[in-house]
Amino acid sequence: MSAPTDHRGGSAGAGALATRIASAVRAGELSASEILGRALEGIAEHDGELHCFNLVTVAEARAAAEAVDRRVAAGEDPGPLAGVPVALKDNLCTRGVPTTCSSRILEGWVPPYDATVVSRLLAAGAVVVGKTNLDEFAMGSSTEHSAFGPTRNPWDLTRVPGGSSGGSAAAVAAGFVPVALGSDTGGSIRQPAALCGVVGVKPTYGVVSRFGLVAFASSLDQIGPLAASVEDAAVVLEVIGGHDEMDSTSLPLASPSCRDVLAEGVEGMRVGVLADMLADASPGCVGAVRAAAEALAAAGAMVEEVSVPELLHGLSAYYVVAPAEASSNLARYDGVRYGLRVEGEDVETMNARTRAAGFGPEVKRRVMLGTYALSAGYYEAYYGQAQRVRAVVARAFARAYERADVLLSPTSPSVAFPLGEKTADPLAMYLADLYTIPSNLAGHPAMSVPFAVGEGGLPVGVQVLAPALGEREMFRAGAVLEAAADPRGRAPVATGTRP
Amino acid sequence: MRLSAAEVAHVARLARLELSAEDEERFAGQLSAILEHVETMRRLDTSGVEPLSHPADLRNVLRRDAPRPCLDREDALAAAPAAEGGRFAVPRVLGEEP
Amino acid sequence: MSGWEVVVGLEVHAELSTATKLFCGCPNRFGAEPNTLVCPVCLGLPGSLPVLNRRAVELAMRIGTALHCEIRPSRFHRKNYFYPDMPKDYQISQYDEPVNVDGYLELPGGKRIGIERAHIEEDTGKTTHLGGGGRIHDAERALVDYNRAGVPLVEIVSRPDVRGAEEARAYVGELRAVLVATGVSDGRMEEGSLRVDANVSVRREGSEGLGTRCEVKNLNSLRSLGRAIEHEAARQVALMEAGGEVLQETRHWNEDEGRTSSMRSKEESHDYRYFAEPDLVALVPDDELIAQAAADLPMLPADRRRRLAGLVAPAPEDVSVGVADQIATAVSLGLDDLVFASAALGADARLALARAANEAAQVPDAARVLDPAAFAALLGMEATGRLSATQSKSVLSEILVHGGDPAEVASGLGFEALGDDATEAAVAAVAAAHPEEWGRYLGGEEKLAQFLLGQVMRATKGKANGKAVAALLAARRQGDRA
Ligand SMILES: [Mg+2]
Ligand SMILES: [Zn+2]
Repeated sequence: MSAPTDHRGGSAGAGALATRIASAVRAGELSASEILGRALEGIAEHDGELHCFNLVTVAEARAAAEAVDRRVAAGEDPGPLAGVPVALKDNLCTRGVPTTCSSRILEGWVPPYDATVVSRLLAAGAVVVGKTNLDEFAMGSSTEHSAFGPTRNPWDLTRVPGGSSGGSAAAVAAGFVPVALGSDTGGSIRQPAALCGVVGVKPTYGVVSRFGLVAFASSLDQIGPLAASVEDAAVVLEVIGGHDEMDSTSLPLASPSCRDVLAEGVEGMRVGVLADMLADASPGCVGAVRAAAEALAAAGAMVEEVSVPELLHGLSAYYVVAPAEASSNLARYDGVRYGLRVEGEDVETMNARTRAAGFGPEVKRRVMLGTYALSAGYYEAYYGQAQRVRAVVARAFARAYERADVLLSPTSPSVAFPLGEKTADPLAMYLADLYTIPSNLAGHPAMSVPFAVGEGGLPVGVQVLAPALGEREMFRAGAVLEAAADPRGRAPVATGTRP
Repeated sequence: MRLSAAEVAHVARLARLELSAEDEERFAGQLSAILEHVETMRRLDTSGVEPLSHPADLRNVLRRDAPRPCLDREDALAAAPAAEGGRFAVPRVLGEEP
Repeated sequence: MSGWEVVVGLEVHAELSTATKLFCGCPNRFGAEPNTLVCPVCLGLPGSLPVLNRRAVELAMRIGTALHCEIRPSRFHRKNYFYPDMPKDYQISQYDEPVNVDGYLELPGGKRIGIERAHIEEDTGKTTHLGGGGRIHDAERALVDYNRAGVPLVEIVSRPDVRGAEEARAYVGELRAVLVATGVSDGRMEEGSLRVDANVSVRREGSEGLGTRCEVKNLNSLRSLGRAIEHEAARQVALMEAGGEVLQETRHWNEDEGRTSSMRSKEESHDYRYFAEPDLVALVPDDELIAQAAADLPMLPADRRRRLAGLVAPAPEDVSVGVADQIATAVSLGLDDLVFASAALGADARLALARAANEAAQVPDAARVLDPAAFAALLGMEATGRLSATQSKSVLSEILVHGGDPAEVASGLGFEALGDDATEAAVAAVAAAHPEEWGRYLGGEEKLAQFLLGQVMRATKGKANGKAVAALLAARRQGDRA
């Protein structure tokens, strides 16, 4: 079967799709409705087998596209994302459109408001085509922990797309949409981006408002773009970022504008390759990082290996901090105000039955893990120690950034793994985020750039890490890597086939 | 740290999760394995390290005391599993507010 | 109960007088239709986030300042427990890092009750239990209204310095006065904007350590506070005198039955799993915030009592218990300014205080707007004997209700002080009517002066000027001696 390639603005996959669409629509050369029509066709044709979407909002999308076309006709500028089809991870609140977090417990709930990032996308002229599948409440690394069934990897339908933003990553990889939003608590944007051969960005904590993002772990969650190109990711980040008074943890800063630095190159940039993160990665992933390091050196960067072993302890701290916050964030799903209710003779029984029926096993595991870690007698041993380890990780980063402007590592220890391979072994699944978690603990930005093909001809992503608010340096390195990348390792791909 | 089924049952009660006996056994095994791995963090020397609970070091983020529009009651109750006379309805409550 | 001392610590929750809730823009208003003052934030909808209300912080720091607390950097925490009227199933509250610590409240008697902390937290919604005759445990179902959910509270925790029910009432009354005076809260117990829990324990008189305490909840008035403490203390004493032991527990006060009963709360309900609220940032009161809190802080009741005492008595030790009560009454009713103003116009301060705390106190609203000049003039007429005390009181009551010039009102009421001749005549008449007492008085039994004076006042229906009569009686005695 063939990929829905035509709506990608011409060139074979590479290049800035969204930005090209937007400029064509703003120039009146292409209509938003046309673009949308092709996107919907592609989804109708192929999403049955991929299951990227929990919901395709055809009517809302058509109305939005027509509104954009009317504004162009009226000589107005619909904005930097004019007519660009966008997919939203289904844990982002959308007014009047169900938001499920791929959980049964939110059955029937329709948010009465839009997430800040959604309002900003719409204000920029974007056309939201639907809500994408995820691991329930974003807890997972394969999108298999979804109450609505797994999403499949467009590169190989027998493999996972990664997670938890697997639906968004696969939707971009399949060419359904040029850009999508995901959320990243421990790697949930970067890891699926790597496994699907697309670009994924987790911004500095506080750069993008969390208002309207259904919380998993509040001190770690950040929303970010998944895109077919580094430039598209930069444009979307600039649209959704910037201070928001509805989020107390939102930084009082303008959105980082990274598009203008993409051509600057990395001349004189200090790049540290995280040696400790090469030890347990697959040969394909290690090879990709080494090749990426050479590419940056060739472009004039000063590259050296650095050892920051503390970072690997982040995983343990993360699996205390994230479940602890989640156990509290998910308490509200109690069958009283919205969503599922399973009746019981008293309110406590009703709560317990509702949550037992509404949550999947992974959510239950993490809620219990977090409850236990915070409970009397264990707090210091687990939560207290985890916070100290978190501080150690932040310090270790600070030391590393005295010698480097950005750091380099594999995004994931392996390429996309087969469906079902890790579902029986939670710990094995957790290890998929070993290299992405430290940036969340420290609140730093990091991005995954598709760079090579690895085991089984599957895409391999390289992770660029930067200190807080180091987005511009990160994007400069990302752009150089994109230019040097093996084109066979990047999406969009012909759906269901290998390159 | 090896979690017993009884401890799992206690935690499940705290977290309002109704579990079957089989669930308790299964989760006891899985949670114990996870905790075992988590405890490797104790190997890291953290003496004299100040805990870090949040990456954003912002302070005094305050809002003006100015009213904003509320939801219509219909919207507020729209998703309620049960409502009565403009209120959310629940089964009887045993035990009072702590 | 003799031989036992009742030790009380009080936890007072006061709703802050803000325009909006603590973390969202919903109006902070009592008595609206159920669930009409709610939004995604205070309903705990998925994806919503709290943003702290600046005014609530200022008011909390304001009461902290009024209670002589140290204001400190603080951080909000989550108190996790499931309850249907709590939308997020956790309460956002300042836990081990409260904004106000280590203060005190001075009672009218002068005793200082230590304040351990005064912290900010959010209120819960309201649950109505239906069926089973209102008894929570027999109820069939419950209905929840979230209008109150997220309303800002300050929880003021006293040290166990309070002794007995009487002092507990005095503490809450005084705290309420300070909350109202500072504009921090309207202090309406009947509307639930002021709620009190009492930690009660007993110990043998003279013993130092604290006994096991019980927390008594559901105290909806000063009256039930006093009754509940007396009942609970008696229960504990009886228990211990019977060789039993008091269990630390939370007990529910039943106003109708006049008794407390155990709430037998489950063991896990005490495991709140506190942790720092990750959706909020640190609150570090800077000079600007602290200045805001102290700005135009009015004079507090304790200081106003001190000021008034200074006016009516040269030294504190001259303030009798009776006068102290008058001072407390005048200040609590806001009549101390009237006393000061009339004294400034030449009125006798003691007399002004007495009239304010007794007659004027009967109609405090009218008394607060009484023209100090009129009050001073009236007191002057009484001091100079132009009016008798009885007449003066009647005139005061009259002008408090209908206003008017004291002199005109007095004559309108037919109060004309008796002329000298008439007074002489009245004294002569009494002498004639009571020859025996009169003789003994002239014989030197001075105490009979009071009796004779009383007779003259009665005969003249209080119109005679007591001082003039007394002088006359004295003169007659001297005269007959000579
Ligand atoms: Mg409290
Ligand atoms: Zn609200």
